[in-house]
Amino acid sequence: MIESLLFMLILGGACGSILSLASKIFYVYEDPRIAQVEYFLAGANCGGCGFTGCSAAAVAVVDGKAKPTVCVISDMETAANVAEVMGMEVGAAEPLLSKNECSGGTRADDRYTYQGAPSCRAAEALLGGRKVCTIGCLGYGDCVKSCIFDAIHMGPDGFPVADEAKCVGCGACETACPKGIVHVRTMSERLLHFNQEDDALAPCQQTCPAEIDIPKYIAQVRDGDYAGAVNTIRERNPLLLSCGRVCPHPCEDYCRRGIEDEAVSINQLKRFAADYEMHSGERLPIPCAVPTGKKVAVVGGGPAGLSCAYFLRRLGHDVTILDAMPKLGGMIRYGIPEYRLPKEVLQWEIDGILNLGIDYRSNATLGADFTTASLREEGFDAVFLGVGAWNDYTLRAEGEDLNGCYTGIDFLTRFARHQQGDSDEDAIPIGKKCVVIGGGNTAIDCVRTLVRLGAEEVSLVYRRTRKEMPANDVEIEAADHEGVKFHFLAAPVRVIGDENDQVTHFEFQKCELGEPDASGRRRPVPIEGSETLMEIDMLVTAIGQGPDVSFIEKEDAIQNLQTTRWNTIDADPEILQSSVPYIFTAGDSYTGASLVVEAIGGGRRAARAIHMYLSEEELVPVPKSLQKKHIPESLFESVNGVVQKKRAEMPEMDVAERIQSFEEADLVLEESDALAEANRCLGCCRICYNKDKEAA
Amino acid sequence: MGDIIVLVVSCILINNILLAQYLGNCPFLGTSKKMETAVGMSFAVVFVLVMAGIITWVVNTFVLVKFGLEFLRTIAFILVIASLVQFVEMFLKKSIPALYAGLGIFLPLITTNCAVMGVCLLNVNEEYTFSQSLISSFAYAIGFGLALILFAGIREKVLLARVPKPLQDTAIGLVAAGVLSMAFFAFKGMV
Repeated sequence: MIESLLFMLILGGACGSILSLASKIFYVYEDPRIAQVEYFLAGANCGGCGFTGCSAAAVAVVDGKAKPTVCVISDMETAANVAEVMGMEVGAAEPLLSKNECSGGTRADDRYTYQGAPSCRAAEALLGGRKVCTIGCLGYGDCVKSCIFDAIHMGPDGFPVADEAKCVGCGACETACPKGIVHVRTMSERLLHFNQEDDALAPCQQTCPAEIDIPKYIAQVRDGDYAGAVNTIRERNPLLLSCGRVCPHPCEDYCRRGIEDEAVSINQLKRFAADYEMHSGERLPIPCAVPTGKKVAVVGGGPAGLSCAYFLRRLGHDVTILDAMPKLGGMIRYGIPEYRLPKEVLQWEIDGILNLGIDYRSNATLGADFTTASLREEGFDAVFLGVGAWNDYTLRAEGEDLNGCYTGIDFLTRFARHQQGDSDEDAIPIGKKCVVIGGGNTAIDCVRTLVRLGAEEVSLVYRRTRKEMPANDVEIEAADHEGVKFHFLAAPVRVIGDENDQVTHFEFQKCELGEPDASGRRRPVPIEGSETLMEIDMLVTAIGQGPDVSFIEKEDAIQNLQTTRWNTIDADPEILQSSVPYIFTAGDSYTGASLVVEAIGGGRRAARAIHMYLSEEELVPVPKSLQKKHIPESLFESVNGVVQKKRAEMPEMDVAERIQSFEEADLVLEESDALAEANRCLGCCRICYNKDKEAA
Repeated sequence: MGDIIVLVVSCILINNILLAQYLGNCPFLGTSKKMETAVGMSFAVVFVLVMAGIITWVVNTFVLVKFGLEFLRTIAFILVIASLVQFVEMFLKKSIPALYAGLGIFLPLITTNCAVMGVCLLNVNEEYTFSQSLISSFAYAIGFGLALILFAGIREKVLLARVPKPLQDTAIGLVAAGVLSMAFFAFKGMV
């Protein structure tokens, strides 16, 4: 006994002293971070990460060959600790999380009775499963069985739900799913995902230019998870407060509930969630990826630029926004009036984006204060041009430059700058009898602004009828309520002034509708001899606007930047890269005057391309890209079992009160109304939907 | 001379440490996904096994047997082999960085691997002399390398084949290992 103890003591001591001596003699400097990283790794040497043991993984992390999340059996805390050793922000580590795209589960009909083994894989072998739906969940839970961390469960609606707290991102569920609807992705991968033909997408989500996961955020509102809804929207749209107020919601036109009942008020629910965050007094944290050290200059701080900057920042790039105006926001600050989108709200939203660590320079005009060449010299690796469409089209009619004549965007911008106190100009004198020409949202914004500025009589002149007006219906209606006089089928002929060049009359011709033109709307044909004079003292023409691309001429380096005949910057629609490789574009400067939400979606698409450009990858289009096209099978023509329930009315301020001031006219839904509205969503996907469970 | 050839053949083929004795399954499955890794691992095993064979023979003959402490053999071997590998690792890192870069990461993996331990204990059980121990350790290591490299080649081919999902990766690896093992059974009775 004593002998053996003694022997082991001596042997152990000898080995120990030899080793400690050897460690001194054979000391080789190695990065101390390797030992620190290894300390935090699991130490199981399981090889699950693909490296030969934990020390090899630690070396790979320090060499930048592996991410802090390399260890598949550790939790988020480990990843955060490792990230901290590596000098990355805590929380910057990108966790892989499992998400299930199908929320249908048992909803779709059966094609045949399946009595085989209760396994998705077995079921899938028989004609792709018993479900009518070709992409949806089969519901046998192969993913649940595959998860060794108990992080994915069968939810009550027959589809698997992943538990983010337990998920380690090992990818077993993704491998196990024969339908490919369970995805394990990092945040960056999710931010860079665009709608694809084989995704599980509801018709509304296919329509949304920003591709927001609408059914998901509505379900989150329904379940009272307002913060979750905000995060869902933010994965696609950083300007949810603004969009919740001004978006003409093309998604609602494709709402399947709209076939049998009224469409779900999708945008009001977005505004409800967005306002919830603003009023909660606390900003929800927005994670960003590990810094890449690449610099991008975003020219133009409008919705496209803000969106592009936001997504690039979240992907880890260093972003600087340059804007010609004193404040950021572009057209949504200077074009959209205060009563539709209060500047305070907009500023709160922009601050949230800038808080991610985005620099900005205001009063910096491209071509005057800086050029793309000077940006390249400053070390910017790529440039995003989101300069918008600020050039008003003119009538090309006699007398339109008389005193008292203005153009739409110019008028709105000058007024907005004066109202915000960021210009030295005097206020625009407001006439008594004002006429606005045009039928778009800018025209409506002009008339409603003029009403609020105390013009006695405000008329809107449009050459087609109300049905053809491109402006949002609610806006037209609100203008109507506010006492605007509409003159339809009236084409402007000339503007007449007095000896002081002050406008006095406006002449127009009556029209009738003829054959449809390229836009599908019927072309107005003037009736000869129907000229009418109208007495006015102020005229605003808001007949459309295009981008100002005069900066191209001011710089030699970008002489070969291609533009289209509409003065927009020419680019590939998928990649949004211009003819100058480091210049990308989106928003109005690419599409021509369009929707805010279109610019936001474009900004993200450009961010994807810039990200690939900066990562020195080949710029490839989104595979099976959908880009607002619809999947035919998803537009089912009837929905059964829908119980008629009224759509939530938009609460608005009383007309008499609202035309006295620029206070916000449209109000946010009450919580109870929002919950009721969220319950109206059928949660559609490719071919299935939720029937209303009970009669209301 | 004939004895030596018999010993070598029996260690490499008939009593192949991986496929006939089923020792060292963890590195067999863990490092056989890529040919490059398998080759690295094989060299590391040759290196460590020969070193371990020598040192354990010395420890056994001059310490354990001499003091009548044979019952401590297993634990003493573990300690000695582990220290040896650590020592060699440090030595290589400092003196022969190129060799360390080639073997380095595999060395700690086989520190107290059952194949290494098994060979050392087998050597003692068979009451081999020093030179026999040296030869058998080397031959076992060659057998290990042979099996591992063969197997890595098979697994690289399997990657290209259509394997039913439930059988993918380790599962099909084990099936292939079983078949390979049966092939090695054909050597039984050769000597």
